Amino acid sequence: MATAVESRPAAPAKGSSKGAGMSEGQKKTWWAVADLVVLLYALVPVLWILSLSFKTTDTITDGNFFPRSWTLDNYAQIFQIGLFTAALRNSIGIALISTVLAVVIGTMAAYAIARLDFPGKKVLVGVSLLIAMFPQISLVSPLFDIFRGIGIFDTWLGLILPYITFALPLAIYTLSAFFREIPWELEKAAKMDGATPLQAFRSVIVPLAAPGVFTTAILVFIFCWNDFLFAISLTSTSRSQTATVAIANFTGASQFAEPTGSIAAAAVLLTIPIIVFVLFFQRRIVAGLTSGAVKG
Amino acid sequence: MSIDSGALAASTTQQTEQQGGAHRKGKPALSEGKKAERRLGLLLCAPAAIIMVAVTAYPIVYAVWLSFQRYDLRFPADRAFAGFANYAAVLTSEYWWRAFLVTMIITIVSVAIEFVLGLALALVMHRTIVGRGLTRTVVLIPYGIVTVVAAFSWQFAWTPDKGYLAAMLPEGAAPLTGQVSAILLIILAEVWKTTPFMALLLMAGLALVPDDLLKAAQVDGAGPWQRLTRIILPMMKPAILVALLFRTLDAFRVFDNIYILTQGSNGTGSVSMLGYDNLFKAFNLGIGSAISVLIFIAVALIAFLFIKIFGAAAPGSDEGKR
Repeated sequence: MATAVESRPAAPAKGSSKGAGMSEGQKKTWWAVADLVVLLYALVPVLWILSLSFKTTDTITDGNFFPRSWTLDNYAQIFQIGLFTAALRNSIGIALISTVLAVVIGTMAAYAIARLDFPGKKVLVGVSLLIAMFPQISLVSPLFDIFRGIGIFDTWLGLILPYITFALPLAIYTLSAFFREIPWELEKAAKMDGATPLQAFRSVIVPLAAPGVFTTAILVFIFCWNDFLFAISLTSTSRSQTATVAIANFTGASQFAEPTGSIAAAAVLLTIPIIVFVLFFQRRIVAGLTSGAVKG
Repeated sequence: MSIDSGALAASTTQQTEQQGGAHRKGKPALSEGKKAERRLGLLLCAPAAIIMVAVTAYPIVYAVWLSFQRYDLRFPADRAFAGFANYAAVLTSEYWWRAFLVTMIITIVSVAIEFVLGLALALVMHRTIVGRGLTRTVVLIPYGIVTVVAAFSWQFAWTPDKGYLAAMLPEGAAPLTGQVSAILLIILAEVWKTTPFMALLLMAGLALVPDDLLKAAQVDGAGPWQRLTRIILPMMKPAILVALLFRTLDAFRVFDNIYILTQGSNGTGSVSMLGYDNLFKAFNLGIGSAISVLIFIAVALIAFLFIKIFGAAAPGSDEGKR
């Protein structure tokens, strides 16, 4: 957790420097308590599902927070269900393709919004705002009918299209906020120093824009990875069913098996990419979320 | 900290106007360069605009058209124009009004709790002198975690004989099967998942409050509560309104948590659940579309009222115009 450590104060509490009100040490203790509450708040539900995933079949219903006996059977089991492996593949594929497309299309639009003067800019910003507020359930009935009509119901494309659409406002807001911070004059300066436009773009603008684009990609991926409503409405077979739907439909390896362990194990697998993003890119995610939503 | 407080205050249009203003004054005939810039701008925005309109505007218009038809997927041959019959059927049905009420309760209660908790969380993340990075890292876990996963965690926790939380309840209690207790648990799951997002938005607003001002107020004898209500909250107003607007509309769409926690049984279904059930359990596209259109209208109304009453300037709009 490298990012977490560096912003901690270097020296431990200095003991009692008695003055008016709380001493420095007391203050630190109170903040530490507050931090602990936040830590428990965020982690307990996650640790619980992790704990369930390691419980054996006969202890899974014992109601203990920590497993009394440990096993990896649950993980072995879910990979024996062909349905889940297929769903995981669908989830990863669909989320990655949607992310790439949404970020490319969003980057083009955000560049135009941040840098260029053209009619219809306000309309585009307004439209993306409306889409950000759009009730997705309202699209389920018509998209179900339209997609069946044009033959993309239960395909990757049928999910990628709505994912891109609802990721675009997020991408456009976040990216245009980042792009506005870029010192674009540097590009001109590089050209004056004899760089070709392509060189100037590649060695000056790309490195400056990359962090924003990368942050946006993470946020968009999380959004696509998370979706349940479109996935459960617009798919019907393992051809395109995503992991969130597969988990919700789990009935266990055999008809009579208790699915709790399998669900927990699958849930943990779905959480791993999120944890990785959070641990390694905490700063970027926070910056992206706040800039996108507030700077607009 | 990577939040630039100066830039936070300015909205899109203000900034772009500052950049483009010099050229636009007096509006002379467009130069070649200007024309090329316009063309490039439109070209770059076209894909985003086309896909957003194609996947939302067209289907919602199509939904309006479907909602005026009798269209049951089990009897496709019976498809016929039905006027407002579908709307009449929905609006006179107790299911719709119960789902609407449940949705409103979940929305209002969870957004209210989220605001208070989110503000506390934002203050902790903004002001803590120990472990700031750590708190900011862990709160992203509820934000990022898949809603279905979190919902299962809560479901197992509250299931009698299985969950650690159910184990703390008196013998025989099954909180997920009572209407009131189940709705409370749905609210809990919503609050847990989305408070961090609210907190992050509020934290961005907190960054706008100058420390000097707070110190000056403290010197003048203002207590912590006075500083919060007289200085911090008023200065954060724009950030608060944006956060509340987005979370309210998002909460109104509640679906995943209910689907996993109760499947909408025992009168815990939201309007989104109702729309889903109508399509995939009753196979009635006409009624389902009428529900879709009604939810769309409800959301539009909420957004409109929010902006009118609170004067929330939606991000990217001109101040107060929208």
